[in-house]
Amino acid sequence: MTGKMTVVEGSYAVAHAVKICRPNVISAYPITPQTHIVEDLSQFMADGEIPNCEYINVESEFSAISTLVGASAVGARTYSSTTSQGLELMHEVLFNVSGMRLPIVMTVANRAVSAPINIWNDHQDSISQRDTGWMQLYAEDPQEAADMTAQAYRVAEDKDIMLPAMVCMDGFILSHVYEPVILLEQELTDEYLPGFEPEHILDPAKPKTFGAFADPSTYTEFRYLQQKGMDAALEKIENAADDFNKIFGRYYGGLIDTYEAEDAEILLFAMGSVVGTIKDVIDRARTEGVKVGLVKVRAFRPFPVEAIRKVVKDASVIVTLDKNISLGLNEGALCTEVKSCLYNTDINIPVIGFLLGHGGRDIPRRNIRMIIDKAKQVIRSGVTIESEYADLRGELI
Amino acid sequence: MSRLAPGHRGCAGCCDAMAANFVLEAIGDDAIVINPTGCLEVMTTPYPESAWEVPWIHSLFENAAAVATGVEAALRALGRKGDTKVVAMGGDGGTLDIGMQAISGAFERGDDITYVCIDNEAYMNTGVQRSGATPFNASTTTSPPGSQSFGNPRPKKNMPAIMAAHGSPYVATTSISYPKEMMRKVKKAVGIEGPTYIHAHAPCTTGWRFDTSKTVEIGKLAVETALWPMYEQEEGEITKVRKVKQPKPVEDYLKAQGRFKHLFTMEGGDEAIAKIQAIADWNIKHYGLE
Ligand SMILES: Cc1ncc(C[n+]2csc(CCOP(=O)(O)OP(=O)(O)O)c2C)c(N)n1
Ligand code: SF4
Ligand SMILES: [Mg+2]
Repeated sequence: MTGKMTVVEGSYAVAHAVKICRPNVISAYPITPQTHIVEDLSQFMADGEIPNCEYINVESEFSAISTLVGASAVGARTYSSTTSQGLELMHEVLFNVSGMRLPIVMTVANRAVSAPINIWNDHQDSISQRDTGWMQLYAEDPQEAADMTAQAYRVAEDKDIMLPAMVCMDGFILSHVYEPVILLEQELTDEYLPGFEPEHILDPAKPKTFGAFADPSTYTEFRYLQQKGMDAALEKIENAADDFNKIFGRYYGGLIDTYEAEDAEILLFAMGSVVGTIKDVIDRARTEGVKVGLVKVRAFRPFPVEAIRKVVKDASVIVTLDKNISLGLNEGALCTEVKSCLYNTDINIPVIGFLLGHGGRDIPRRNIRMIIDKAKQVIRSGVTIESEYADLRGELI
Repeated sequence: MSRLAPGHRGCAGCCDAMAANFVLEAIGDDAIVINPTGCLEVMTTPYPESAWEVPWIHSLFENAAAVATGVEAALRALGRKGDTKVVAMGGDGGTLDIGMQAISGAFERGDDITYVCIDNEAYMNTGVQRSGATPFNASTTTSPPGSQSFGNPRPKKNMPAIMAAHGSPYVATTSISYPKEMMRKVKKAVGIEGPTYIHAHAPCTTGWRFDTSKTVEIGKLAVETALWPMYEQEEGEITKVRKVKQPKPVEDYLKAQGRFKHLFTMEGGDEAIAKIQAIADWNIKHYGLE
């Protein structure tokens, strides 16, 4: 492990990482709990600490991401950050960014969506952007969120990929926590992350048309090629994590990471900061002889189908924990995706899903413990409930 | 000579194509053009073809001004700005309705871009629906006349005044029927630092329903009846006005177009026309046209 630890806020760790990644255009609009990131970046700008960079104070998230469309097409390395209502407001542009193959990187400080309005953490905002063609990476702690920023640029700007990426970090829980972090070093990052040199740019010396009109005879192939980019990202996300480890000596998994998973009968699946709580509960349960382990999903898009198939093989039950819900299906996205990647294989393991931590509701250890107990019952007597809330307050209904 | 390569899919006598030609002629090769969704965008870029010989980008319907901001910022950040002009060119809908927020943001920030609104007074690309720039009592597919209506119930949004109110150093109204004048104004706009705005009146043969050979003539009539005042506004002050000697009655303009035909046959049409004349009279007085 290189570098020295400093105690900083999660937002600062990310803003600092952005600065070290040498962006050329930053454009963002404030929204809780993302604000500290853009405030820190604004201060870096005011202090002249980000060379060759323009910071645009736009009038909305819609314009934040739209300005980056223009900037990225000119060949700039671009950055934005948002959450919740801001991310939903960007929705139309998100498709446009990925369709035009612009490798914008954006931090999402995950937050619940309105109504009712709620500023606390869950994953409904980014999960609702699942099909916009952006890669989605989820961080467990501030250090990972910061390091993931550099990894995201590496992958997004790869010429075989050229797709935008969201680095998702839990709002407040990670964005506002003060923790010891190793801030990205400029020299090492320059070694890790090459400059952005896209093949196609807007340049009067070599005029090109961006954003043409595709009719039914050509449209499908654009979509197909976007999927090819996602396919290529599967391996490159792993490589980006390995190379990061070589240079910085830090590793958090590639597409997924595992904890006590090898001999686990009960395999929990989760994303983001709740992973830390789950690890604690696993440690305790293991001392009591419960064979429980964890799969941390780092990449939700592209979805690591093969990696998951490989890791679950010997489990007796799979349990997904979701901070989001697809209304009308009563399942979280992780539950649906994990189930679907086991179908048409010879893997036949029951999957149950729990919805929890919505709108920032605390996830105490005893809830995870209760979930593990329910999983034990499934091993004994099969699935009775496929998906349910783990923290519903019955007295309010 | 046409700067927009031939072979695009615009209607014969298309106003948007003429406008684009004049803008391109005025700004030259060292430019990047941003185009929102609309007739001009659709007709010029059927993949894999493109009529554009300058770098060109289309993102969405409502964000051309923001995309232009990003283009300009990136050129500066990368040290490639030089004399490159960043010019957004959009329809009335993409500019003063759905694109209003983005253009307001860009002008308030003082971004160094030029925005040209090609005002054909309706959403043509989707089949002639009304916009905030559709004139009073005009018939469109979403403001049809009927027993309870003479057509579009509201006068045009005064977009040039709104842009001037943002503190723009240069705002000018013009018309595709006066190519030399239009090119002079566009050239002037791109030469001035900061956000500059050109609002070009652009008669659309399909949407306004007149013969394809009459595009220029109709545009001139709008000016000669004082329904389209042409002026320049610098740092908030109106500095130059195109005078209209003996303005023609608005009927001359209205009766030449299918979209106003109902006013000449409907009961009460005379009064409806009188209200349009009142708009022209206000223009004459307000802008000092005579
Ligand atoms: C968000 C969104 N809403 C609606 C549309 C449909 N639409 C495309 S072009 C257009 C009208 C364009 O009108 P205008 O900007 O005046 O340009 P014109 O075609 O008249 O030159 C509309 C309504 C769209 N593409 N995007
Ligand atoms: S409808 Fe009007 S603006 Fe559209 S292509 Fe035809 S003439 Fe041009
Ligand atoms: Mg129009």
